Amino acid sequence: MAGGKEIKSKIGSINNTRKITSAMEKVAVSKMRRAQERVAATRPYAEGMRKVIGNIAKGNIEYRHPYLSERDIKRVGYIIISTDRGLCGGLNTNEFKKVVLEMKSWKNQNVEAEFAVIGNKATTFFKRFGGKVVAQQSGSGDVPRLADVIGSVKVMLQAYLDGRIDRLFLVYNTFVNTMKQEPVIDQLLPLPQADIAQQGHNWDYLYEPDPQPILDMLLDRYIESQVYQGVVENAASEHAARMVAMKAATDNAGDLMDDLKLVYNKARQAAITQELSEIVAGAAAVG
Amino acid sequence: MAMTVQLDVVSAEEKIFSGLVESVQVTGSEGELGVLPFHAPLLTPLKPGMVRIVKQFGEEHVIYVAGGVLEVQPDGIIVLADVAVRGEDLDEQAALDAQKRATEQMKNAGADFNYAEAAAQLAEAIAQLRVIQKLRKK
Repeated sequence: MAGGKEIKSKIGSINNTRKITSAMEKVAVSKMRRAQERVAATRPYAEGMRKVIGNIAKGNIEYRHPYLSERDIKRVGYIIISTDRGLCGGLNTNEFKKVVLEMKSWKNQNVEAEFAVIGNKATTFFKRFGGKVVAQQSGSGDVPRLADVIGSVKVMLQAYLDGRIDRLFLVYNTFVNTMKQEPVIDQLLPLPQADIAQQGHNWDYLYEPDPQPILDMLLDRYIESQVYQGVVENAASEHAARMVAMKAATDNAGDLMDDLKLVYNKARQAAITQELSEIVAGAAAVG
Repeated sequence: MAMTVQLDVVSAEEKIFSGLVESVQVTGSEGELGVLPFHAPLLTPLKPGMVRIVKQFGEEHVIYVAGGVLEVQPDGIIVLADVAVRGEDLDEQAALDAQKRATEQMKNAGADFNYAEAAAQLAEAIAQLRVIQKLRKK
């Protein structure tokens, strides 16, 4: 059995680790709350966008924007949002697994894929995975900005317009609740019909100047806002996952400490017993 | 009392303004324009500039927007504001940066990547050690 001193120092070091994990848990809780508020704040914009795009699409049927029409699939593009930092359980791993599974099914259909990655973890993973990464972005921090995603989105939109990809998907973790985050793959392009709310109306806007450039501009902004929403939602999921992971780590450290304390006390008592019996035996020998 | 209309100014990042207004003044791509209640449905891009709002009961309010789109409907006005000044060149530059980063990161293993890989290896080693420790205990 190890000596009392070693066990004591081990308990001390576990206690230090526990302090760190419990601090990280508390930080994650407050960050998660703020991230959730940010998610809620992005919704009105996307809803307004959807409504306006739906209205234009309804009024201008003769103009078909390439974002709105389906084509044969030869190549696909993925925008993959991950976290920058680890220690958040299986959040990223589960997401990447889902993408890898999709890749397999595309490969069977002889469809190639391109990736735009956001976040350090996705960058590292897809570097090893061997995908064709055309854009990269990381280090958005705790307060992601729309400007952070514009570059990567633009690369993919250009690829779509040039015909290098025929579909564009967005991959991120949705925040279901504190205990549950789920990776999802959303289709961005061509725009799913359900996204463009078709309201029954027979009026049209006054356009200043022309409807086409306005629609072009709105569609770009819409895709950007979708990706931004993904980034914000992924951040909320990250903090929730980290919170849970750190809580588990803190609990485990507590259990480990209890066990070690038991071992330490046993060792201490054994030492005392041994010493006593030695004294008694010594006294008996003298007397 | 003056007539009012519902106005929402939203950006991709946050809701900037929401409430009843008597009139709105914006800088459209074709020039300044003011919108009063019961305006015909209208859609126009905005240039970077001020949105001047006269709220219900005449209180004035000014918001700066970096561009965006103004939508007017009988039941409400929406300003979909950009969060930053946009331009074809600026967007292009952002796209080029993103591409450059991708090629750089994929080719050279930077300090960051070594760290990430080392962290993964360390986690693996720790897991193995724990298994060994458990086996020894038994």
